[in-house]
Amino acid sequence: MKKKPERNTHFWQGNEACAEAAIVAGCRFFAGYPITPASEIAEHLAKKLPKVGGIAIQMEDELASIGAVVGASWAGAKPMTATSGPGFSLMQETIGYAFMTETPCVIVDVQRLGPSTGQATKCGQGDVMQARWGTHGDYSAIALSPNSAQEMFELTIKAFNLAEKYRTPVILLADEAIAHMREQVTMPSLADIEIVNRRKPKLGETAFFGLEEVPPMPTVGEGYNVAVTGSTHNEYGIRFTADPNVHKRLVERLNSKIQDHADELAEAETHSIDDCQIGIISFGCTSRAIYEAVENAEAIGVTVGYARLKTIWPFPEKIVKKLAKTAGKIIVPEMNLRQLYYEVQRVAGGSSEIIALNKIGGGELITPEELTAKIMESAKD
Amino acid sequence: MSEQFSVKKYLRDLPLPFCPGCGAMTVMSEFLRAAHELGHEDLRKFVFCSGIGCSAWIPSPHFMADSVHTLHGRSIPAATGIKLMRPDANVVVFGGDGDIVGIGLSHFIHAARRNLDILVIMVNNMIYGMTGGQVAPTTPFKTKTTTTPYGSFEHPLDAARLAVTAGACYVARWTTAQPNELKESIKKALGIRGFRFIEAVSQCPTAFGRKAGFKNAGEMLKWFKESAVPIQTAQKMSEESLRGKIVVGEFAQTKRPTLVETVYKSIQEAKKQDEKD
Repeated sequence: MKKKPERNTHFWQGNEACAEAAIVAGCRFFAGYPITPASEIAEHLAKKLPKVGGIAIQMEDELASIGAVVGASWAGAKPMTATSGPGFSLMQETIGYAFMTETPCVIVDVQRLGPSTGQATKCGQGDVMQARWGTHGDYSAIALSPNSAQEMFELTIKAFNLAEKYRTPVILLADEAIAHMREQVTMPSLADIEIVNRRKPKLGETAFFGLEEVPPMPTVGEGYNVAVTGSTHNEYGIRFTADPNVHKRLVERLNSKIQDHADELAEAETHSIDDCQIGIISFGCTSRAIYEAVENAEAIGVTVGYARLKTIWPFPEKIVKKLAKTAGKIIVPEMNLRQLYYEVQRVAGGSSEIIALNKIGGGELITPEELTAKIMESAKD
Repeated sequence: MSEQFSVKKYLRDLPLPFCPGCGAMTVMSEFLRAAHELGHEDLRKFVFCSGIGCSAWIPSPHFMADSVHTLHGRSIPAATGIKLMRPDANVVVFGGDGDIVGIGLSHFIHAARRNLDILVIMVNNMIYGMTGGQVAPTTPFKTKTTTTPYGSFEHPLDAARLAVTAGACYVARWTTAQPNELKESIKKALGIRGFRFIEAVSQCPTAFGRKAGFKNAGEMLKWFKESAVPIQTAQKMSEESLRGKIVVGEFAQTKRPTLVETVYKSIQEAKKQDEKD
């Protein structure tokens, strides 16, 4: 047996980095259904998970994939599934179930160009609002947006940690460009990676669905007699399908346990957000254009501040508000027809003019030149 | 089995949600009687999964046990995740015909194909009962329901025969008019590995009987008794003479490697391969 040298830098595709990160985060169950541009995650995990004693299974559809993920989570696993727009649509009902039953799991949505089958192999960012409001009912999502292979690695681990900490489904909202791009990924030493595991109850505890902001989560098959249901339930898991107070208490807590921590959850890369003429709010592959555009603008004396959002949901209001305080205009470049735009507008509350920069079709990215031109045009008047 | 049987031992102290005369209560008590006769003092060794519909409420939350009450049609996917991660648990799915072979049909077929080690008990009341009596994929031809007011113009699905074709290790069908046979089948199925399917044809006097012309549960049970044909007899009968009959009995009993066995074997092989590399 020849020993392989330990490496900490890799030349990974975004999807590969995501799969590797899942294993580091403690994922031992993956269920998925083939879909471009997310299939490499399933393929990589099918190869790697069994080697660490984990299970990767291809299910009959996306409904079954997310269903198996929910079951595996209750059986104690840290589970994941990976899909793209059409599959993400199919999963929405069970994402709502996972939210309602407080089932930690990670759903990777590698965005492609919709609606419907659209341009199936091309990049898009049209699932921003689906990640927020995809399931029915009052719901709060946690969604993270990587903009490099390195961040596919880092934010996948973070997604697992948040899922376990808040006992809720977490969405990694990637996109085709980031998922298929090959880049250097530096892996920190395992000792330096923070891994969060769900809090388990002590034997004899019975309130698995309330009393605390994030209640402890038992594992089935260990004698807790846990009753899990997507129907409205009290703190002990017993169905209450008519009592207004039980519903209000449950659904308000499920939402506030995320919304009350919005500031803590907000992560963004920022530059000059408290002193700039023009602001940019960006995320995912689109944000790769901002660095050069900002350099171009600053070279001719236009000060540009940006917040590149790693947390999309809950929306990082504090950061955006800060930018809106100084920037007279905020540009929102997205590969969709205005989705984050309205959210920025809502938060800026009229203190800045919000300027849309949208591009859809063929997977063509917003270029630094296009963004530079928009900055210049905005700086003129 | 020294103790007297009582369903209460296995149930949470909650009122049961079923209508008077509902067959789900027969299936519930026969399952618990089977567990009792097999020597289960409690239901600790089981994990129950169910979807949406009246019979999904048999285990959830009434059984004093772990139960996962999932979405409509998605009990089998959840059971897949649970069984694979906890091979030691005895995973039992309860569901209605709409849940298992309507909206969830694909999962049912694939679980049988994979030979997932679970027992699926389908309470077939031939109707969507919870929503008020709409036609189901199991509703007999020409039956009046709320969505087929002139009689159903579709032919029903034979879930037991489908399970056999898909590769189930054990398949049986009984009606609630044969509670003892049903219980014996459950006991047998609980002792076997692989995908096991028991269909319990059951009366819904509220939603099925009312429109189909049955006055009460008793009349429906009488109908079951009269139309039940043992599978051995049915094999000698023509298709014509079997029309309107309910074929009951054991449809299959085979043995082949289960999903848990093949998955964990594949993990061992991957680990070995890794050591070699």
